[in-house]
Amino acid sequence: MDSSIIRQLRKIAGKEAVLDRPEELMLYEYDAGVDKHRPGAVVFAQSTQQVSQVMKLASDKKIPVVPRGAGTGLSGGAIARREAIVLSLARMNKILEIDVPNQRAVVQPGVVNLELSNATTKFGYYYAPDPSSQKACTIGGNVAENSGGPHTLALGVTVNHVTGLEVVLPDGKVIELGGKAQDSTGLDLTGFFVGSEGTMGVVTRITVKLTKLPEHVTTLLAIYNTVEDAANTVVAITQSGVTPAALEMLDGWMVRCVEANVHAGYPEDAAAVLLIELEGMRETVNEQAEAVSAVCMQQKAREVRHAKDEKQRQLLWLGRKTAFGAVGRVSPSYYTQDGVIPRTKVPYTLAEIERISKHYGLIIGNVFHAGDGNLHPLILFDSRDPKQTENSRKAAKEIMACCLKFGGSITGEHGVGLEKMGLMTAMFTEDDLEVMVRLRNAFNPESILNPQKMIPDLHFCREITGPLPKAKFEPVAGLPV
Amino acid sequence: MSETAFEPGVPSPHMHDPHLHPPANAAKDAPSWELLSTCVHCGLCLNHCPTYKVLSNEMDSPRGRIYQVLQVNEGKMPLGETFVQHIDRCLGCVACEIACPSGVKYGRIVERARAQIEQGYKRPLIQRVLRNFFYNKVIPNFRTLSFVAKLMRFYQRSGMQTLVRKSGLLKLMGVADLDKLSPQIDKEFFFSEIGKVFPAIGAKRGKVAFVAGCINNVAFSHLNRATVNVLTQNGIEVHIPEGQGCCGALHAHAGLREEARALARHNINIFLGADYDAIVTNAAGCGSNMKEYDDLLENDPAYLGRAKEFKAKMKDVTEYLAGIGLVAPKRKIGQRVAYQDPCHLANAQRIRTQPRELLAAIGCELVELPHSDQCCGSAGVYNVAQNELSMKILEKKMEDVTSVSSDMLATANVGCMIQLRAGVQQRGLTLPVKHVMELLDEAYGGN
Ligand SMILES: Cc1cc2nc3c(=O)[nH]c(=O)nc-3n(C[C@H](O)[C@H](O)[C@H](O)COP(=O)(O)OP(=O)(O)OC[C@H]3O[C@@H](n4cnc5c(N)ncnc54)[C@H](O)[C@@H]3O)c2cc1C
Ligand code: SF4
Ligand code: SF4
Repeated sequence: MDSSIIRQLRKIAGKEAVLDRPEELMLYEYDAGVDKHRPGAVVFAQSTQQVSQVMKLASDKKIPVVPRGAGTGLSGGAIARREAIVLSLARMNKILEIDVPNQRAVVQPGVVNLELSNATTKFGYYYAPDPSSQKACTIGGNVAENSGGPHTLALGVTVNHVTGLEVVLPDGKVIELGGKAQDSTGLDLTGFFVGSEGTMGVVTRITVKLTKLPEHVTTLLAIYNTVEDAANTVVAITQSGVTPAALEMLDGWMVRCVEANVHAGYPEDAAAVLLIELEGMRETVNEQAEAVSAVCMQQKAREVRHAKDEKQRQLLWLGRKTAFGAVGRVSPSYYTQDGVIPRTKVPYTLAEIERISKHYGLIIGNVFHAGDGNLHPLILFDSRDPKQTENSRKAAKEIMACCLKFGGSITGEHGVGLEKMGLMTAMFTEDDLEVMVRLRNAFNPESILNPQKMIPDLHFCREITGPLPKAKFEPVAGLPV
Repeated sequence: MSETAFEPGVPSPHMHDPHLHPPANAAKDAPSWELLSTCVHCGLCLNHCPTYKVLSNEMDSPRGRIYQVLQVNEGKMPLGETFVQHIDRCLGCVACEIACPSGVKYGRIVERARAQIEQGYKRPLIQRVLRNFFYNKVIPNFRTLSFVAKLMRFYQRSGMQTLVRKSGLLKLMGVADLDKLSPQIDKEFFFSEIGKVFPAIGAKRGKVAFVAGCINNVAFSHLNRATVNVLTQNGIEVHIPEGQGCCGALHAHAGLREEARALARHNINIFLGADYDAIVTNAAGCGSNMKEYDDLLENDPAYLGRAKEFKAKMKDVTEYLAGIGLVAPKRKIGQRVAYQDPCHLANAQRIRTQPRELLAAIGCELVELPHSDQCCGSAGVYNVAQNELSMKILEKKMEDVTSVSSDMLATANVGCMIQLRAGVQQRGLTLPVKHVMELLDEAYGGN
């Protein structure tokens, strides 16, 4: 990166807050996903004002900027290219206000998700969206990805819990969207910004809802001899009228991985388990627990266990939340998938994944938010073997094709980012994408912020003034268009 | 950006793929691929790392450190100043191991990376001279240690320290914080007790060998006496084997693996010399290191078996006592105690409940300290070598300490005691900082 730019960045953020040596930049070439690329500079912002100054400088000089939280993203959203600046929000990590009477908290974007809940439980509240990465990922990153988690089945994903944002636009302008009130007047731009993957603006302050801690929580572990029975149970539970707080599924292979990590008492001989959580008033929870157990047994569960105490409940969840990482114990490489299907299609999709797994001779472990139909198949491969690497890629494509075939989507919560941009054309029509490009251009007309992410960057994007010319999309091999 | 990055679903080669790039920097003790390949770069460890929490950059996070080790091994990053700086900044507190779902043995990785540095990097002259003097001359040799301690004692007690402190000379030299961290040297050293046997009081329940430590002998002899008293009061016959030496923890942490190995072999010979039920220590850092003797000696067939035997007997004194159960104490300590987990006990040895059980058994009211398992910044000689960062980490710890109301702070490692005392002093508090064994000793009527 040009040394005069580095100098100006240092002037804005301070000497220590800018990295430009290759040995340092190398540490910003990855996130938790599969793509890698080394940026030109990294700057750590400490205030909204600094973010604004960095953006202004970047737009003046036409330098792309990529915001970054904790770098736990799985779709390459925080990866930047050589001529780009990574703008880290990790140092803006203060909880600015906890407003208990209004059930709101105001935080800087670098606050770690779990830290907010930890800070509010003493008042009887918590922050509900709980991505499995919650002990490390930032709320800014959650807003960008509209993250979900096991407990968003009943309570909704990030967008349902954000009421206000302060955003710095690419030209450095600072805007306020929403506030503490539930409904914002005018266009709901807050909702629009959540999930925009850092392509519209840099989020510098977030107002979130706090949720009351439930009076009572029960966790059930239903154990199955076949994956199909477990999958059928998911459909049956939701049809029974009970909405669990969380409804997660792990197949037998994942169960064994997870158990090796946490020793929570997951049955290692099961073909699949469901982790079902119910919360609310004590009596209701107890009634629901009985009803759900009965449904599980009807669907041929081998056994339904109740977590015997809070410690075991926590352990079961720890197992679920660390499931991806636990795979590292058995396989040097894995490729995390993130697809969505209608709940009713869970049994068919799992059968299809099983077929794909056999066809390519690769183990595919399944762990997912079953209640939402959000699958996370993990394809295991050995990167030493080019054939396996190649096959893992093919298998991934087939799984995505299968999700689309069943009327689902190519991402549930990990975002499109860099990884899945090519698949957008398979999911959306030209007209759909046209509208997205136009909307993005209203905020980020020159694609300074997070370029070439999420929305395919069509050559004509920069000059849109009148009606869009029709774009030509290349179909992606193996995918229905 | 590379072309492949845009193709859907193309996994680029996994970050740890040293098959493709055999280690270019194959120093003798370099971390193996098996150790490194368990890291899946998920980042779940970041916010558990005290240095990441203070600095918020990848280079000073566990994931980032592992990545740097990999790059050095693959010859993509020089074994140079930057690498050394970030590895030096690691506390070795292994909080990352607790957070990691993938079972990464980070402690082993960093110790090997440090060995790699010692074997392949030339530190600035002044550092080399100081390190050599400290690690090779002072610590392993009890006679020199005793001599240096006497010099320090003279400095502390002759009024010279007061004079120097008042003069502002330390501030001028930029070592005022360091001066606060130097332990108060004892009037009577513990060396005189080495070689003795202390009979069990009451019905005999066991026979142990006690590791007297190095610094403990000259600055915490009171703690050692307290430990022996608590053990004997609990019906344990305590031997303090003659000839025992420094355990080598500081050497292993500094990357001086050969020196650490020599000390390990020596101690194995001494402590496996008689049939003890257990080998006990009151220093978490020594204990965790001695439980790793088998790792240190993995390539030494002559010693590996005995190292494993040694490890099986090695116990922290809180672990040992909680295991056999306490004899009813003479009096109850009815105070509110906040317990700080030493990293080398809670993280490295996973001993969390035992010290708390012991405190509860003598009538202490336990006050839960927020983030009690987060490092205080002491970490062996870290508070001296990385003083500035260590003080920032201590600052965070003291915020937690002042957020609860307690009569005293308890911990189970002398390094932590020194650091916490400095923190208490800095804030002008009057909170006593004690070792669990000192409190137990009070409950048994002292010695
Ligand atoms: C083990 C594991 C489990 C996971 N489980 C889940 C899960 O259950 N549910 C889920 O939804 N996700 C999950 N994820 C994915 C990931 O943790 C989330 O996407 C998370 O929200 C990313 O947060 P981050 O702070 O790490 O963001 P980063 O990875 O740093 O960035 C992600 C994106 O957000 C943008 N961004 C970051 N901060 C800002 C900001 N302040 N303003 C504008 N844009 C910004 C970046 O440019 C990038 O595009 C998991 C990841 C891992 C490794
Ligand atoms: S948690 Fe473990 S696997 Fe994940 S980045 Fe940290 S060390 Fe690597
Ligand atoms: S040992 Fe401690 S300081 Fe070092 S990387 Fe792990 S958590 Fe961070």
